Amino acid sequence: MSSAIFIALRRLRAPIIVLILVYAVGMLGMVLIPGRDAEGDPWHMGFFHAFYFISYTAPTIGFGEIPYPFTDAQRLWTTAVIYMSVMGWAYAIASVLALRGDQAFLAALHMQRFAREVRRLAEPFYVVCGFGETGTLICEALDRTRLRVVVVEIDPGRVAEVDLQGFSATVPALTGDARLPGNLLLAGIAHASCRGVLAMTDDDNANLAVAIAVRLLNPSIPVLARSRSGETTANMASFGTDCIINPFTLFGEYLSLLLRAPRVYQLLDRLVGSAASPEIADRAPPRGHWIVCGYGRFGREVVASFDRERVDLTIIDPDPPADSERAVIRGLGTEAEPLRAAGIDAAVGIVAGTDDDVNNLSIAVTARQLKPELYVIVRQNHTANNPLFAAYGADFTVVSRALIAEHCIALVRTPLLGRFIARIKAGDEATGEQMLAQIEQKIGDKKITAWNIALASTSAAAIDRALLTADVAVDALLRDSTRCERLLDAVPLLLVREGKEMLLPQGDFPLQRGDQLLFAGTNESRELQLATLVNSNVLDYVMRGRDIPGGWVWERLARRGPTAG
Amino acid sequence: MNIEKVVFAFFIVLAATLNLGFVYGDIDEPAHHEVYELFAAVVVNLIVTVLKFGDRTHIGAVHLATSLVAVLQLVAASLVWAYAISAGAQGLQPGTIAGIVSLSVGALLANAVSITLLVSETIQLRR
Repeated sequence: MSSAIFIALRRLRAPIIVLILVYAVGMLGMVLIPGRDAEGDPWHMGFFHAFYFISYTAPTIGFGEIPYPFTDAQRLWTTAVIYMSVMGWAYAIASVLALRGDQAFLAALHMQRFAREVRRLAEPFYVVCGFGETGTLICEALDRTRLRVVVVEIDPGRVAEVDLQGFSATVPALTGDARLPGNLLLAGIAHASCRGVLAMTDDDNANLAVAIAVRLLNPSIPVLARSRSGETTANMASFGTDCIINPFTLFGEYLSLLLRAPRVYQLLDRLVGSAASPEIADRAPPRGHWIVCGYGRFGREVVASFDRERVDLTIIDPDPPADSERAVIRGLGTEAEPLRAAGIDAAVGIVAGTDDDVNNLSIAVTARQLKPELYVIVRQNHTANNPLFAAYGADFTVVSRALIAEHCIALVRTPLLGRFIARIKAGDEATGEQMLAQIEQKIGDKKITAWNIALASTSAAAIDRALLTADVAVDALLRDSTRCERLLDAVPLLLVREGKEMLLPQGDFPLQRGDQLLFAGTNESRELQLATLVNSNVLDYVMRGRDIPGGWVWERLARRGPTAG
Repeated sequence: MNIEKVVFAFFIVLAATLNLGFVYGDIDEPAHHEVYELFAAVVVNLIVTVLKFGDRTHIGAVHLATSLVAVLQLVAASLVWAYAISAGAQGLQPGTIAGIVSLSVGALLANAVSITLLVSETIQLRR
């Protein structure tokens, strides 16, 4: 039995006992008090009649005095019974109604419904812990791509938001602490259809707890966790969290990439970017003197990446940490004075990176007034301020929550993309240039999606079967399955074989069973490729350039064809 | 000491004693079986049943089951009684009272099981 029923029964115990007692006392009184029959002889009511009488008196129906008119003593008792029973019933009904407002009861009902919804999920789904700004963006994106989501969120107000988002599929949401393993199990982390867990709460400790719980309770599914501090990141990495995303580090890496290899950055942006990605101006950040306003966690990452790229900079912060070995100009940067002191006249760019959106905008506006050609990077903390940042039009607006969200979505949908990104981040400008050139030549400006395929008997039955007897090259996967002379708008980016990675495999590269490939291309070409993967006839067609008869009869006829004439 | 358990024990024992008191005597002798005692047994058994609502332990569920059995038996006995004295012309016959008492003996067995559970649970407590 479920806990909601137990809670209801427990709450209703007192009113039911009161009702039983009221009935018992009333009946006993009616039986004991003497009455008179039609002839005026003494008469006692039996228990059966007493029960009948109380039953219609208690709910104030009142059939009258039967079988004989009552004596005054009986009427006195009846008066008492009426008041007692009405109050007893009122108490019972009030208790039932109060149950509707009972928090514990409602919570139990909610949890029960949630557990049932999750249990019945038959499609693959992801568990998202934390429905903040990042969690919302991730859920929206997963929902758009027809993937199911289950949400665990501690704040009931945020859980109510789930219903208001207008998701296309039902999103089961639990109001509860994701740190509790019980809640995670309810959310289905051990469910057969669970494809992964995203720990996206605002609390590093909670994310850590989720990561370790999933690692222990269901080691086969990936965990993506958000982390804000180096310690949490190290801790998560120590027990093998599949992907740890620190928004500030992520931006720091992007910034380094932008300075060092803008083409690689552009490539990343095309592969990972979605509707939520920040607008990037055409020009790359120039080298020269920079000013960084705000030396918090974000500022530190920015400074670190500038240092990596050996860019000269000055920091402005109202309250610099004592352990800083750098010279810091005190101030917010919202007025002209500290900006001049930091050398804005000689500067080429400014980073407004405090944790206050209004201050960041104020810094950016002041800086542009002082020097209009400045390259401005602004950090946006809340998506609610979108209109302000859009109106300002910085060269680069960093929305850390959107950054994490799109990164997570890309990694969740295409696990190989994570390896690819790690690989090319370390790579140089030439690699990026080469890949971008291929992508631009084949796909042009069309919207790119990245997908991976595994050459296994389940996901690519046709190729798997063909590989047993013949050689199949990468080229077979790049041909249009409706017109084999046409090439798909797709580029093979990465091939993984027995743990070894190979960038940009060529068309004549022979495939092996168990290979994993990462492609970038249009959605349309992805679907055309799917046909080649699973249908042997289509595969034969794209490999030999002609239709092979399918079915037993046509195969026999085709074999006979040449001899028959 | 758990006051809830003590109250429950009180009612369980009371239900069994009332039941036994009603049953005690010659099975077909109406004068040996007091209707007030049957009434009290029904009421106390009902209260025992309700007291066990919402206990999620296994032993709690078994208690609820035995109490329900006792209530069913006793209600059946009372219905037979009510029918005999209202609809039957001759009043309470020895055969009818025997039927009523045998139904109540069934309830007594259920109550005995309840008491056994209660005693074993109490012995396990050891404090």
